[in-house]
Amino acid sequence: MQPRHDWPGEVYRELVAANVRLVGYVPDAGQKRLIELCQADKNMRAVPLTTEEEGIGLAAGAWLGGMRSALLMQSSGVGNIINALGMVKVCRLPLFILVTMRGEKGEFNPWQVPMGEATARVLETMGVAVRQAGEPETVAAHARAALRIAFQAQGAEAVLVAQKVIGIKSFQEQANQ
Amino acid sequence: MKPNLRRREVVKTLLSNRKNLLVVAGLGSTSWDITAAGDSSLSFPSWGAMGQAAMTGLGLALAQPKRRVLVITGDGEMLMGMGALATIGVQQPPNLTVVVIDNERYGETGMQATHTAYGVDLAAVARACKFKEAKEIRTLDEVERLRELVHTFSGPLFADVKVIEEKLPLVLPPNDGVALKDRFRRALLGELGAGEVNLPRTPS
Repeated sequence: MQPRHDWPGEVYRELVAANVRLVGYVPDAGQKRLIELCQADKNMRAVPLTTEEEGIGLAAGAWLGGMRSALLMQSSGVGNIINALGMVKVCRLPLFILVTMRGEKGEFNPWQVPMGEATARVLETMGVAVRQAGEPETVAAHARAALRIAFQAQGAEAVLVAQKVIGIKSFQEQANQ
Repeated sequence: MKPNLRRREVVKTLLSNRKNLLVVAGLGSTSWDITAAGDSSLSFPSWGAMGQAAMTGLGLALAQPKRRVLVITGDGEMLMGMGALATIGVQQPPNLTVVVIDNERYGETGMQATHTAYGVDLAAVARACKFKEAKEIRTLDEVERLRELVHTFSGPLFADVKVIEEKLPLVLPPNDGVALKDRFRRALLGELGAGEVNLPRTPS
């Protein structure tokens, strides 16, 4: 299922424009196309992680080595990075995370709801600025602003892509992605 | 078989004549160990983020493919981020070595036994995760050989060095994270490094 609006393609082009060379991810159905675009780019290295927490170390090491990186994860994964975000804050490391939301309107799995409800507050509590992209047309603009602040001002930034942008409402629709 | 290696001697040996080696140390004793061996701008000692040392080394190794990268961390720290071994195995960075200084104890919290004290074999885990070579080390001769491999081996390379359980005087590195980051980038990337090196390909 192609999204109505090609926000993944637009975000990918923002990553390219910002010279992001390393992309750590734990897959989410909502980021399938973006992950594939990053994998297909010879100038980018897409690194699958066993847990989102690994992405924080990856981003830290990349920055120490002079390379820009991005992390892609589902809202559940934000729960897995909390303690590691302490390093981002204390070292003032640039961080760009694109989070696709679960547990919002239209969620079919109740076990996704608690972390989805807490995602923005968890990030903000740990010092990550949150930008909520509620419409597909706004995701790329949020990503551009977040990338600029992350790498030019060494900020920690997360763009939250609302579940209604992803539009997964059932296992059947997810299977068809 | 009881170990007889002492951690400070092992780390000092690994870091002798280190040339341009980039070093990441894990939370706790290994950060004190690398500092006792001689602090360097090209060392990044961790004071937190337990479990992230190996991944920090991976990010660094991928960003700097022409440099050698050495992660020195403890068994407790490695166990907390064991998935990193699988992630490194997938990426196969030839320039990365991960060394675990394994005293089979949580040294900072009262010397409680870690999983390795019960026979969990981290070198076997690394081997199963596709490290090119992964071994357990118990003698200083092997440590000397490992030091050479850190600079030459086409990795990823892993070593679990069994050391005696001992409580040593703290030798603390600077604890200001921003200063540690900036000194590392400046030493590696030049004056621009404290800010930015890879400028955007197109104006944004």
